[in-house]
Amino acid sequence: MGRNINLSEDQIERYSRQIALPNVGEKGQEKLLNAEVLIIGAGGLGSACALYLASAGVGKIGIVDSDRVELCNLQRQVLHSTKDVGRAKVESARDRLSGINQDVEVIQYNIRLASGNILEIIKDYDIIVDGSDNFPTKYLVNDACVLAGKPLSHGSVFRFDGQTITILPHQSACYRCLFSEPPPPGFVPSCQEAGILGAVPAVIGTIQSNEVLRYILGIGELLTGKLLVFNALDSFFQKVRVPKDPECPVCGENPTITKPVDYEEFCQVSRFAERSKHKSVG
Amino acid sequence: MRVKVRIPMLLQKLTQDRAEVVGNGSTIGELIDDLEKKFPGIKERICDETGKVRSFISIYVNEENVRFLQKGETPLKDGDEISIIPAIVGG
Repeated sequence: MGRNINLSEDQIERYSRQIALPNVGEKGQEKLLNAEVLIIGAGGLGSACALYLASAGVGKIGIVDSDRVELCNLQRQVLHSTKDVGRAKVESARDRLSGINQDVEVIQYNIRLASGNILEIIKDYDIIVDGSDNFPTKYLVNDACVLAGKPLSHGSVFRFDGQTITILPHQSACYRCLFSEPPPPGFVPSCQEAGILGAVPAVIGTIQSNEVLRYILGIGELLTGKLLVFNALDSFFQKVRVPKDPECPVCGENPTITKPVDYEEFCQVSRFAERSKHKSVG
Repeated sequence: MRVKVRIPMLLQKLTQDRAEVVGNGSTIGELIDDLEKKFPGIKERICDETGKVRSFISIYVNEENVRFLQKGETPLKDGDEISIIPAIVGG
């Protein structure tokens, strides 16, 4: 799979610093140029991740975001500049990434993900990056990736805390193995309500880019079955084990979630699943 | 048993902004009760009305999730490091 790529002189020059790495080389660079990565959210996490993937020469990067750039985004969403305020984030992202590297094809999805479109959108990508900022989307993305067998890098932040885990469906734990259901509305504030230091999503988003690059290259040890926890106040890093849960509602032995569910329906499905125990829903 | 407990940002309002506190208990359940005595209101954030750890919170003893050990009965030893890790959502 993938086109045979003869690297041009410019490409050999551009990527020389990673081609020089013993476990990358020109073959590795070809893998990156052939790779297709979908990033959900062109915010703090997505910005950092997209910048490093584009710089490394990932050949196709899809960006999903239905928002427009606001002034208060610029403190951390480094894909966007002052001149982009008011523009669709996916357009701003496309311009920035193309400006860094014209080898990269940027596909814009100026839409909100939902159960009705997510499987179609993710199907052609090699790996998905979750940089979203709300629980309905995070759970939708997790479930869709498990159902479609798509590798997923999950990331999230809160004030000075960050978390990331890499999910290889049915091989390693998914997000619901760790947190089977989202908190009730209002329990965990958003960045808007709680605040966030820009460097925090930068650290997590960059780690996510590192995961994606190593997944494509097939090198190193991924954060599968492990949650990386970060705190920026004391530069604390911790890895905790996340076993695959046999009772997981989406990747467990008796899944009750068999198709993507929108959050508004989620609670009803969840209550139905409770009553129906082992019957699959939907 | 005397253990160190890492407190996430989400709960630090209850621990006077402290990221690390000391707790006592021979099991996770006893530790949570001890934390509640020291930091009233924290148990309700961690556990539901039946005393079960909420589905969006994971408690770790030395990097193992207690849900896959003995849950609230997971025994503790002096010097164990406990982490309370909630689901967070910013992006």
